[in-house]
Amino acid sequence: MNLVWFHKLGSPKYFHALALRLTPWLGALSFALLATGLYWGLVIAPPDYQQGESYRIIFVHVPSAWMSMFTWMFMAVCGLLVLVWRMKVAASLMRAAAPLGASFTFLALVTGSLWGKPMWGAYWVWDARLTSELILLFLYLGFIALQSAIEQREAAGRAGAVLALVGVINIPIIHYSVEWWNTLHQGATVTKFDSPSMPVEMLLPLLVSAAGFMTYFATVVLKRARCDILEAEAASGWVREWATRTATEPRNP
Amino acid sequence: MRLGQAFCAMLGRDIRLAIRQRGELAQPLVFFAAVATLFPLALGPEPALLERIAPGIIWVAALLAALLPMDRMFRPDYEDGTLEQMLLSPHPASVLALAKVVAHWLTTGVPVILLAPLIALFLQLPMEALPVLLATLALGTPLLSLIGAIGVALTVSLRAGGPLLALLLLPLYVPVLIFAAGAVDRAAAGFPVAGPIYLLAAMLVLALTLAPMAIAASLRISLS
Repeated sequence: MNLVWFHKLGSPKYFHALALRLTPWLGALSFALLATGLYWGLVIAPPDYQQGESYRIIFVHVPSAWMSMFTWMFMAVCGLLVLVWRMKVAASLMRAAAPLGASFTFLALVTGSLWGKPMWGAYWVWDARLTSELILLFLYLGFIALQSAIEQREAAGRAGAVLALVGVINIPIIHYSVEWWNTLHQGATVTKFDSPSMPVEMLLPLLVSAAGFMTYFATVVLKRARCDILEAEAASGWVREWATRTATEPRNP
Repeated sequence: MRLGQAFCAMLGRDIRLAIRQRGELAQPLVFFAAVATLFPLALGPEPALLERIAPGIIWVAALLAALLPMDRMFRPDYEDGTLEQMLLSPHPASVLALAKVVAHWLTTGVPVILLAPLIALFLQLPMEALPVLLATLALGTPLLSLIGAIGVALTVSLRAGGPLLALLLLPLYVPVLIFAAGAVDRAAAGFPVAGPIYLLAAMLVLALTLAPMAIAASLRISLS
């Protein structure tokens, strides 16, 4: 198996150039997908026969909930790369992803509770999924706090990697324990949407919107990781060279 | 020195150190009792209410009492350099770290278990739920120490470790709290409790196998 591309990705210089080239394309793609998905979902898709128009929040809520879980998985994979191969680029990607994951989680919680007001009659119900999403938010905030508390960059990256991996083992346990707790205390109050039984007119805009969220994540993570790499490698020759080159050229994205 | 001897030496040293600082040994116990006392003061002394909420209160108090002395697990050794010597020794760091966790649990977790029947009496916990309470504490407090040790190992080199430690650990403690308090709650209501107890035991076994490795890796990161 040819692994040259993998080793190349480990080089901050190569990764920086790649991220610089990919970001505008990914950004444009994400804008197009989000605009299409949201217009399709919020305007064109038919209203739900039971929930009327208020179900439309799923076109934001469900993708952000998916992304909140995907981001932690992404961080855990990066963490593994950091611990096993000591890849600096992976540490930058992991650090870049954490605030995004926290924002997706927060967005999922806010949209969930806004949807809950007309549906359940309260902004907050101790629904199992909402609760485990809230605990996930605390995990993200803990991760960010740990990153900002450790001053040496490399130690911060590796400590974050351990925390991301501990979290990835714990998140399913937390999720199922919360589900068990909820059924013990109050029984099922509301059954949420059944994704497979969703009509195509609603499912397609949802998938487009989810793809838009995913490309948005990729864009911002690459951009943030690129800045992180520039900071970390500020003393190295190629960064200086790149900085002077972009500074002397009149306009360069 | 063989591995078993090294484990016992580390265990014995930590227990001796803890016993020689009796004041520190008593702190989590007093804290446990004080937190459990706050709830009746805040919610009112009606026996029916207390009986209903006792399992949850006792477990929240035990969890907070486990969190309080957690930082002491590695910090004194980090400050005087013993921890560095421990990592330099020829024995696997994970086994030595496990010895420290066991010693920490024996000196902070076991006293809480011994005090729990008294607190249960204060809070009108039904007598038939007491064995289940003790079983969940016996399975749950070592679990708290094992998970907590990972957080302590990650934050031991930081000056402002305390609040950060709580922020890191409380979300990870959620499953322990849910299964343990849930089991006592079910026992008090007269339902079977085998399920949550088995789940707690399974989580303890998982933590016993995986946590020492994570603790050793974290200690290496903190000391690098």
